Amino acid sequence: MLNTTDKKLLAAVADLHSIPQGAFNIRKNGEGIMRRSTANIEIVPKTDKPGINIIVKPGTKNESVHIPVILSAGLQDLVYNTFEIGAGSDVLVVAGCGIHNPGGDEARHDGVHEFFVRKGAKMKYVEKHYGEGRGSGKRILNPKTIIEVEEGGVAELEMIQLQGVDRTKRDTEIRLQANSRLIVTERLLTSHNQEAESIITVELVGDDSSAQIVSRSVAKDNSRQLFHLNLRGYARCRGHIQCDSIIMHNAKVSSIPEISAYHTDAALIHEAAIGKIASEQLLKLMTLGLSEKEAEEAILEGFLK
Amino acid sequence: MLELIDVHVTAEDATGTVSVLQGINLTLEDNKIYVMTGPNGGGKTSIAKTIMGIYRPSRGRVLLDGADITEKSITERARLGIGYAFQQPPRFKGIKVKDLLKIAAGNNADNRFQCDLLYDVGLCAQDYLEREINSSFSGGELKRIEIASLLARKLKVAIFDEPEAGIDLWSFQKLIETFAGLREKYQGTLVIISHQERILRLADQVILVNDGRISETTTPEKFLAEIEIITADCRCRTDCIKGEVANA
Ligand SMILES: Nc1ncnc2c1ncn2[C@@H]1O[C@H](COP(=O)(O)OP(=O)(O)O)[C@@H](O)[C@H]1O
Ligand SMILES: [Mg+2]
Repeated sequence: MLNTTDKKLLAAVADLHSIPQGAFNIRKNGEGIMRRSTANIEIVPKTDKPGINIIVKPGTKNESVHIPVILSAGLQDLVYNTFEIGAGSDVLVVAGCGIHNPGGDEARHDGVHEFFVRKGAKMKYVEKHYGEGRGSGKRILNPKTIIEVEEGGVAELEMIQLQGVDRTKRDTEIRLQANSRLIVTERLLTSHNQEAESIITVELVGDDSSAQIVSRSVAKDNSRQLFHLNLRGYARCRGHIQCDSIIMHNAKVSSIPEISAYHTDAALIHEAAIGKIASEQLLKLMTLGLSEKEAEEAILEGFLK
Repeated sequence: MLELIDVHVTAEDATGTVSVLQGINLTLEDNKIYVMTGPNGGGKTSIAKTIMGIYRPSRGRVLLDGADITEKSITERARLGIGYAFQQPPRFKGIKVKDLLKIAAGNNADNRFQCDLLYDVGLCAQDYLEREINSSFSGGELKRIEIASLLARKLKVAIFDEPEAGIDLWSFQKLIETFAGLREKYQGTLVIISHQERILRLADQVILVNDGRISETTTPEKFLAEIEIITADCRCRTDCIKGEVANA
């Protein structure tokens, strides 16, 4: 059921080189094509709309669930997934979407993911976006992610898009209850005429909640990027956003910080920087024997790792 | 052997074109240690950058083993065996110490080799290899990583620009040993830009740079003796009021 292109996409977005261990659901061109539940992680299709419910039993440890989506034709796919991460569990969720668009039609995936990270649970969520294909049809990805982290829970998000997506609008909303923790790592590379927008809104509503967001991006050619990172503190909490972009060629990057405190013990920091590669960095690597192009690649690769 | 023949360098600043180096003639032989010293702003870093190819002469020539390399790029010179440890090394977001050492050594740097390099500059590999060379490093740590990145390479001409700057006494001791040891194992020209007596004493020759020119080439003994005479001669020390210019 999986051809070579599918396999390549799966490797790119979910590091999958064979059928994964543990629970998984593979969605191709708008349909679930392979699925497996395990004793602790149940995957059931929704009955009212396209998508699945992923239910992780309380106390499940060291298990993973892979739910990659692949599109290999110019079509539009809309999916709603709901995750119930049971109290005290510790799991890895690998999502991601790969598009191979060979033709002239637009290929578009809009995913709405909703997570409930229950008391004391720990979830690591990895989402990679990848596009390829020589056709003129655009490759578009618009993920919407909503996460509620209950008391003492931990959500760690890794959101990566390094190639081949023409347009993306990523909207992420997170609410943090008492003692919960959020760590977000975002990596974005755009080139050609690509456009990317990332909106992350974090509400720290519980005492001693904390959020750390590290976003790094590189904008090449004529691409455009817009970041709108927003922290709101309603309790005794700590939040830190670090937003760093390297701009090249004719690209445009906007980074709009917003921090709001509604409590005297909310401590929020926003750092944002945009700039080209520092010439001293290039010079240093060239004095070690790299060509200018190799030096540039080494700097960008390190930056986005 | 490296030669600078009548090298002039100019730079642009706010006031227009300024002369940075004015007719440098210098011959650096193999298997010798040179220490370049002189007042701040004298032109030491500019000479180093001209040898590395970062600055291009407006006049004059640079020769390596008799071959003219004046038109060669930084990368080409690096591949010919010229290396320069920056006075102010850059920081890199995302590049780790081990990545930099690997690039420096041409990718064939195993863990053991990297540990040895860091040991030679007084750093413990366990604490440093995995760290990003970012703003979390102190000035002295950054300098030592920079020095290690040069020690990683096989070079014909190695130039260290004020390697002691910002480095604590204990690491400085280690650094002196490392430079002294280089004399034994190193088949090339070593140039150290420094103001430290203990580094000056390592030199076969001291090169005094002042006002964009080489004002003197001498031995460490002679050079240090002269410096002592200059301080001893200064009579203003006892009777001038703090901050006032001496009339001695
Ligand atoms: N790129 C440059 N632009 C303008 N002025 C420069 C530049 N490089 C060097 N200079 C000037 O040349 C002089 C010598 O500088 P430098 O070689 O750094 O001195 P040193 O290393 O001996 O302290 C200084 O006056 C400095 O300001
Ligand atoms: Mg200098």
